[in-house]
Amino acid sequence: MGLYSEKVMEHFRNPRNVGEIKDADGIGKVGNPVCGDLMWIYIKVKDGRLEEVKFKTFGCGAAIATSSMITEMAKGKTLEEGLKISRNDVASALDGLPPIKMHCSNLASDGLKSAILDYMKKNNIKPPDWVKLEEEGDTCEHGTPP
Amino acid sequence: MASEIAYLDNASAARMDPRVLEAMLPHLGGQYGNPASQHSVGQAQKAALEGARGKVAGLIRAERASEVVFTSGATESTNMLLIGAALRNRDRGDRILASKVEHISVLNTLKHLSKQGFEVVYIPVDGHGMVNLEALKESLTDSTIVVTVGYANNEVGTIQPIREIAEIAHSKKAIFHTDATPAAGKIPIDVNRDGIDLMTISSWDMYGPFGIGGAYVRRGTRMQPLIIGGGQEGGMRSGTENVAGAIGFAKAAELAEGEMTKDTAKTSEIRDSIVGRVLKEIPASFLNGHPVKRLPNNANLRFSYIEGESLVLMLDMEGVMVASGSACSSKTLEPSHVLTAMGIPHVEAQGSLLVTLSRFSRQSDGDRLVQALPRIVKGLRQMSPIAPEEVK
Repeated sequence: MGLYSEKVMEHFRNPRNVGEIKDADGIGKVGNPVCGDLMWIYIKVKDGRLEEVKFKTFGCGAAIATSSMITEMAKGKTLEEGLKISRNDVASALDGLPPIKMHCSNLASDGLKSAILDYMKKNNIKPPDWVKLEEEGDTCEHGTPP
Repeated sequence: MASEIAYLDNASAARMDPRVLEAMLPHLGGQYGNPASQHSVGQAQKAALEGARGKVAGLIRAERASEVVFTSGATESTNMLLIGAALRNRDRGDRILASKVEHISVLNTLKHLSKQGFEVVYIPVDGHGMVNLEALKESLTDSTIVVTVGYANNEVGTIQPIREIAEIAHSKKAIFHTDATPAAGKIPIDVNRDGIDLMTISSWDMYGPFGIGGAYVRRGTRMQPLIIGGGQEGGMRSGTENVAGAIGFAKAAELAEGEMTKDTAKTSEIRDSIVGRVLKEIPASFLNGHPVKRLPNNANLRFSYIEGESLVLMLDMEGVMVASGSACSSKTLEPSHVLTAMGIPHVEAQGSLLVTLSRFSRQSDGDRLVQALPRIVKGLRQMSPIAPEEVK
């Protein structure tokens, strides 16, 4: 028994695709270090698909594991498919996250979206109408003790 | 298992001393009875309970054993003392002063009191976590009924100038309460020398059993109880007494008194070697809290550009148990209020690591931490988007 699922711990122990892409086609920066999590997602796009996805993260175990997981989930997907990956998709792929982490540290899908939107903007591609970030990362959600 | 891990999280829970268990065992099985009973079985328990009270009173140099009330733990003691003093003295005023770095159990008790109409004023601290005495004096009014400042901080270990704070409180006839949970049994406390009217102490923090704590109530202090019932503990805390717990607590207090010098020498030596080596080997690392006026078993370290929960989990994988004051490590998702009150920026406070030693700590435990830390900190910094090249 632990704080996190075995899957989360496995990604935390051996995070995939850590680092930055020097000549990235798109960069997504989400989170707020004041709340404890900051995530930068870098993407390389080729023929409309996410050829390479890397990350740099300042944050807790869940933040690192979700970052690592999304790089694996996103690789090879089309931009539209990448935009459709939700927070819940990431959490489910990791066999769930503790409730308190669902909001604060589950920013990876926002990070990826933000990177894809950055790429689209740079290349004058109009994003689909349905795209919006699930949450702005500028404020922390505070649970107040009773 | 216990020998395979380096347990350096004694502020979260400390191991019970085997000698304490030995002292408790007869009272967990063979010896029973209610101390209130008139027959000899009950009276034997009564004698054991009062003997225990005397030993706990001895540790804190209380004049009378009856000034020590047994409770279920430090949180209950703090609730009883602060709420009991506030309600009983409401006719004198409604202002309560507290430092900004109090333990969450004190802060939330005060929050409860402020909802009942009391005016709680929080006194700032300096960069080391020391209470600003000038601010305390300025906030102290004739309507101030209680001043509460922890004896030493549970997170950063800073020891407060308790006697001076008590004198300031008494200059306006306010009652002085101190939460001495992390300090009692670690550094010498003398309630008379220190001018303490009410004090919270805990058993497990000094290697006694869980589930029992103490409240010191200076004779003559206007108080009212929180738990009402059969009038045990001088009417201050009803409920049939936890005799085995009291015996264990007393044994722990006796051992703490006798071994304080030895414990201090041992823990401070390991602590200093950890701090010295970490600050030397890891760039952008710092010691939080006062460099000298701190609990002998406490080292609160801080590493820029990384987050504490990740550090804790990484160290756990290497068999080293520590704590952190990061937002992710707390229920409120905010970084430690103690570190932020000390002026440490939120981002920096995320990278704090709390190392707390015990009587049972070994130099090898400290060595394991120091061996693992540089590699782990470096790895997390390499992953961090905010770490500059020179620290990676």
